[in-house]
Amino acid sequence: MKMVIFIILFVAYITYSAVVYTKGTKSNIQLPETEWAKVNRGKLLYQQYNCTSCHQLYGLGGYLGPELTTAYSDSLRGETYMRAFLKNGGSRMPNFHLADTDIDALVSFLKYVDQTAVTYKHK
Amino acid sequence: MSNNGSHIISHQNNKAAKAFLLLALSYLLLGLVFGLLGALQYIFPEFLKANLSFQKTRPLHVYLVITWIFTAAQAGIYYYLPTIAGRPLYWQKGVWLHFAMQSVISVVVVSEFFAGSFGGREYLEFPPVMGLFILLSWVPFAINFFATLKPKYKTAPVYIWMWSTGILFFFITLSESYLWLFDFFRNNMIRDITVQWKALGTMVGSWNMLVYGTGIYLMEQLSGDKKAAYSKLSFFFYFLSLTNLMFNWGHHTYIVPAAPWVRMVAYIISMTELLIFGNIILQYRKSVTTARKNYHLLPHRLLTFADIWVFITLILALIMSVPAWNYFTHGTHVTVAHSMGATIGINTMLLMASVFFILKKENALSFQQYRKWISSGIYITNGSLLIFWLSLLASAVVEIKGSISNEIFFYVMQKSLPYLRVFAYSGAFLFIGLGILIITSYKIAASKTQVKQKTLKRTFSFSPEQTVGVKDH
Ligand code: HEC
Repeated sequence: MKMVIFIILFVAYITYSAVVYTKGTKSNIQLPETEWAKVNRGKLLYQQYNCTSCHQLYGLGGYLGPELTTAYSDSLRGETYMRAFLKNGGSRMPNFHLADTDIDALVSFLKYVDQTAVTYKHK
Repeated sequence: MSNNGSHIISHQNNKAAKAFLLLALSYLLLGLVFGLLGALQYIFPEFLKANLSFQKTRPLHVYLVITWIFTAAQAGIYYYLPTIAGRPLYWQKGVWLHFAMQSVISVVVVSEFFAGSFGGREYLEFPPVMGLFILLSWVPFAINFFATLKPKYKTAPVYIWMWSTGILFFFITLSESYLWLFDFFRNNMIRDITVQWKALGTMVGSWNMLVYGTGIYLMEQLSGDKKAAYSKLSFFFYFLSLTNLMFNWGHHTYIVPAAPWVRMVAYIISMTELLIFGNIILQYRKSVTTARKNYHLLPHRLLTFADIWVFITLILALIMSVPAWNYFTHGTHVTVAHSMGATIGINTMLLMASVFFILKKENALSFQQYRKWISSGIYITNGSLLIFWLSLLASAVVEIKGSISNEIFFYVMQKSLPYLRVFAYSGAFLFIGLGILIITSYKIAASKTQVKQKTLKRTFSFSPEQTVGVKDH
C-alpha cells in the first residue's frame, strides 16, 4: 500500500516535471539574432561575476543588493542608472572594472529578464 | 537497548562516523565565520570590500553551512545504520572514500571562491564541474545505505522511508539544477528560472527528509516509544511532506513567470502545510509533557527547541504563502528570516541533538563534564537566534514600507540600518553560542583515551550500555 502511494506520487512528479519543462515554461519573446548573442553573453557574465550573491532575479539570490528583475523598466532606475553602477560600483557594490562591451551584454541580459517579468509588474 | 553483538558492530564503524561528525562540525564553524563577516558587511559597507566582498563571503557561507547540514545527517546515518540493520556497514572502505572525496571537493570549492572563480547559480555558486563531483561523492554513501539496510519498505519505520527519500531526491534535484547547461533550458529565462526554483525547492526538501528522519529516530531512542515511527499518523505526514517536496517549491514561486497553473499548484500544495500545523497544535499537550519529563536530557532539550522553531517557521511560511502578501514579502529579509529559522532553529538543533546523542554514547563521562557548557551553548544560541530572527523581520517591515512608497534601495537600506545592526550583533552572539557547542563537541570527542582510563576506575560496576542509559544531572 505504502509502496503504491509512493509510486503514484513519483510518477505524478515525473509527469509534472516534464509538463513544466515544456508547456509550463514556453516563451514567446522574439529578439534579433545579434541581440540573443548579447543576452546569452550577459547571462554568462552575470554568473561569472556571481552577481547572484548580492542580487536576486525572481527572488533567487542574495539580499545585500537590490532585486534586479525589473530594474530596467523601473521608473526610478532604468538603463542609465544601471550603467552607472556597472561602470563604477556603489557604496557596497564593488567596481568590477568591466569593459564597455561587457556592460552592454549585462544590460541586454537584464533588459531581456525584465521583458519576461509579466507576472511581476503591477504598476 | 543493544545486545553485545551489535555493540561490537557499531564500534567498528564508529571511527569513520565520528570522523564525519568532526568534519561536519568544521563546516559549521567555518561557515559561521563567513556568515559573521557577511553580516558585518551589511553594516560596514567598506569592510573587506576590495578582496573579500559579499560576492565571496556569501557563497563561502552558503556552501559551508549547507554542507554542514547534509554531512552531519550523513555522519549520524553512518553511525546509526549498523545498529538498525544489525550488521556492519556493507562497505567500510566506502565511508573513507566518501570522506576523502568530500574533503578534497571542499578544499577545491573554497579555494575557487577565494580566487573568484564562480558558477554563479543560487546555492551552487561554484563552477559547474564541482556539482558533478559532489554528485559522485554521494554514491558510496548511497551504496552503503541501501546495501547495509536492505530495506524492507513494507515494515520499515518512517525514518527509513525518509532517509531513502532524501537520498533519492538529492540525486534527482542536484542533476535537475544543472539542466541549465543545456541550451533548451539556458536560453529561455522563464524556463531556466522556473526549473531552478523547482529543483532547489525540492533539494531543500530532500535534506530536510534526512534531517527530520534523524530527529524521529532520536526521538524513538530517547523516549523508548517504538510505536510512533510505525504509526499511520507518521506515515500520513510523511506522504504529506513528500507531496510538498515534489510540488511545493519554496515560498515565493508566485512571481515566477511560468504558466499560471504552475503557481496555482504550488499554492494549493503549500496550504496543506496547515494540516501539519494543526497536528502540532493537537499534539501540543502531549509533547509538552514529554518535553518537561525529558528536559534534563540535553539531546532532548535540543529536540524541544527544534520543535519550537518548527512552529515559528511554519507560521511564517504560511504567511509568506498567501499570494497577495507574498508579493510584498518576496525579495525582503523575511525570506532570510525564514531560512535562518529553518536551517539554524530546526535543522541545526536537530543535528546538534544527534551530535550530542552520539558523543554521549561514545564518551558518557566526558559528556557529563561538559554538561554546563552544552546547556549554556543551547540557551545562548536560541536566545540570540530569536533576536536575530526578529531583527530580520523588522528590517523586512521597513523594506515593505519602502517598496509600497516606491523608495530607492539606498534609502530603504539606510532606514533599516538600526535593525541590521541588531542583526549583525545578535549574529555575533549566535556565533558564540554555536561556537560553544562546536568546541565542546570537539573536546568530548578528543578526550576519548583519557576518559577511558577514568571510566575503568569509576564505573567498573556497570557496562557501557548502562553508562549510556544513566540520567545526567
Ligand atoms: C558585493 C555585492 C554585489 C555584487 C557582487 C554585485 N552587486 Fe550590484 N549592487 C550591489 C549593491 C549593494 C547595490 C546598491 C548600490 C550600493 O549600495 O552599492 C548594487 C546596485 C546595482 C545596480 C543598480 C540598480 C539598483 O537597483 O540600484 C545594478 C544594475 C547592479 N548592481 C548590477 C550588478 C551586476 C550585473 C553585478 C554582477 C556583475 C553586480 N551588480 C554585482 C551589490 C553588489
